[in-house]
Amino acid sequence: MLVNVRGCDSYAYTGSRAFDPALPTIVFVHGAANDHGVWALQSRYFAHHGHNVLAVDLPGHGRSGGEALPSVAAIADWLVAFLDAMRVERAILVGHSMGALAALDMAGKHPGRVAKLALLGAAVPMPVSEMLLDAAKQNDHVAFELINGWSFSPGDHLGGNRLPGVWMTGNAMRLMERSRPGVLHTDLLACNGYADGLTAAAEICGPVLLLLGQRDQMAPAKNSSALIAALTNKRVVTIADCGHSLMTEAPDDVLDALREFLPPR
Amino acid sequence: MTKPKTTRFDTLTLHAGARPDPATGARATPIYQSASFVFRDSDHAAALFNMERAGHVYSRISNPTCAVLEERISALEGGVGAIAVASGQAALHLAIVSLMGAGSHIVASRSLYGGSHNLLEFTLPRFGVDTTFVDPRDLDAWRRAIRPTTRLLFGETLGNPGLEVLDVPRVAELAHEHGLPLLVDSTFTTPYLMRPFELGADLVYHSATKFLSGHGVVIGGLLVDGGRFVWDEPGKSAGKFPTLTEPYAGFHDMVFAEESTTAAFLLRARREGIRDFGACMAPMTAFQILQGIETLPLRMQRHVDNTRKIVAFLAAHPFVEAVGYPELPQHPDHVLAQALLPRGCGAVFSFSIRGTRDQGRRFIESLRIFSHLANVGDAKSLVIHPASTTHFRVSAEDLRAAGITEGTIRLSVGLEDPDDLVEDLGRALYAAEKA
Repeated sequence: MLVNVRGCDSYAYTGSRAFDPALPTIVFVHGAANDHGVWALQSRYFAHHGHNVLAVDLPGHGRSGGEALPSVAAIADWLVAFLDAMRVERAILVGHSMGALAALDMAGKHPGRVAKLALLGAAVPMPVSEMLLDAAKQNDHVAFELINGWSFSPGDHLGGNRLPGVWMTGNAMRLMERSRPGVLHTDLLACNGYADGLTAAAEICGPVLLLLGQRDQMAPAKNSSALIAALTNKRVVTIADCGHSLMTEAPDDVLDALREFLPPR
Repeated sequence: MTKPKTTRFDTLTLHAGARPDPATGARATPIYQSASFVFRDSDHAAALFNMERAGHVYSRISNPTCAVLEERISALEGGVGAIAVASGQAALHLAIVSLMGAGSHIVASRSLYGGSHNLLEFTLPRFGVDTTFVDPRDLDAWRRAIRPTTRLLFGETLGNPGLEVLDVPRVAELAHEHGLPLLVDSTFTTPYLMRPFELGADLVYHSATKFLSGHGVVIGGLLVDGGRFVWDEPGKSAGKFPTLTEPYAGFHDMVFAEESTTAAFLLRARREGIRDFGACMAPMTAFQILQGIETLPLRMQRHVDNTRKIVAFLAAHPFVEAVGYPELPQHPDHVLAQALLPRGCGAVFSFSIRGTRDQGRRFIESLRIFSHLANVGDAKSLVIHPASTTHFRVSAEDLRAAGITEGTIRLSVGLEDPDDLVEDLGRALYAAEKA
């Protein structure tokens, strides 16, 4: 569906279901140079199990108009505006990587509007290497190759997808290649520059699920320790032999963890 | 900037898509010879049916052995995914029916495998899909043939049997200008010789019966999605592909292009095409094709090396009128072949003898190593007379246009010692000349 947010058409995948104000709403927020498609299996499950699903394309990404937002705080503000546009007072937020930082920031600043929070592949801080930033700044394809190289566990680089017939790294590459010029650099700068994560975490009282990949090289699990310490009401699940692309590499593990955290209705 | 290391082609031919079997530790990909797969519980069953979980339900839709093959060909082609089907013909059919319905139109190269030509010329019109055939070398002809109802451009990387080299970059550019995808039959070249997605093609299919397998013991097809084509680009493709961009009542109103940004075509082809038309691949077939692909780089290089020796021999033989191989300077696509096929132009080519139809028959019947049959891409060398076999339904006019005469003989060069092959051909040419 298309939603007008601050005068701009913004897309949200709903699992082909009409929005029902009586149901709880889950907002899925993707990472850098990605779109709603990274949540395909998980978002579809909840859309067909008693929830409204709004898997957004952030501004400048996927099917949404506008420009990519320059900071995690700006993305968090946009998420508030998106919920306002949808007339959703309180939602469950599920974010991946940059999307996790934005969800964290929003939950810290607007705890009353976030019923539950699930953060996948999240680390605070989330520094980005100079080499990757430079490549992204030049819109060099090497940036996508570096991300792909770091985003999948070593075993998953050779495939063995749980989703039949889909070549994981090839699919991830095509999705990034579709991002508009400059978007990846803007997104990576937002991740690199985000310094308020621990402050936001300390403000959150509601339940938080952290889903980490044991072999994550983009946001290594050890870099999540400060975030884990700052959260009070948390549950941490580490998926073995999984990299940063958790939803693709371990779709059932991710879904099972989310189901336990967000029981289907 | 230093490029990050990625797994190379030859390694992918052995490993892509496969892991040691988690249940048994088997290193070879097991043959999952099972029609269906047990659900953990009712919720798991429903989730698999509704694409909420990944996994296998029924081997017509997907199968673990076939899935390894699908990933492997996707990795080798540089695509996002693939579907293994019953034959190359099934792959072509699946591509077409996933994209269009009655009232649609295709522009295709006129230099096609006879079976593909039959499907487009005689069968699909009965279902309301028409095709205009064009000279694959004439870009203006491709352009002129495009209509408002056109939904696909289609050609073979190397035309059959004249080996017209499809100018994939230019035909793809033309297709994209009109908001249309380019489908390529890459059977003759395999990803070892050409990776059409890197040149602009959008969909690739193979008769995996041929070089991918190499052993000539199975029939199978593979349809690969490049994942780049935008199916609803405003002012270009928007409105042309409702099978991908509008709700599909046959799958809970799923809009495939929204469900997957990169693999919408693949989703439709699996969730409707394989489900409803049912031309799936058997797991045993997938296993056998995987065995072939493991040696693809070694075999293709040997195929090309042997072919070069035979082409040189035939080109110098006084009883041979013409040899059509793009590596020869006189071939019309020589320059293009050097650009698009630097590793070689495959192992299938045609030549004509200076003689009568009876002398042609004597030539074929005098061969001892080359087998006279209707196939290509076997490890064993093969020979056929196209005008009376693979292309016998094609009109005389179209035969001429495709460069086929009564004296045309097609060879598929195998992996035997090239000196034995040259001697076999020399002996048969001598017998034909004296007949």
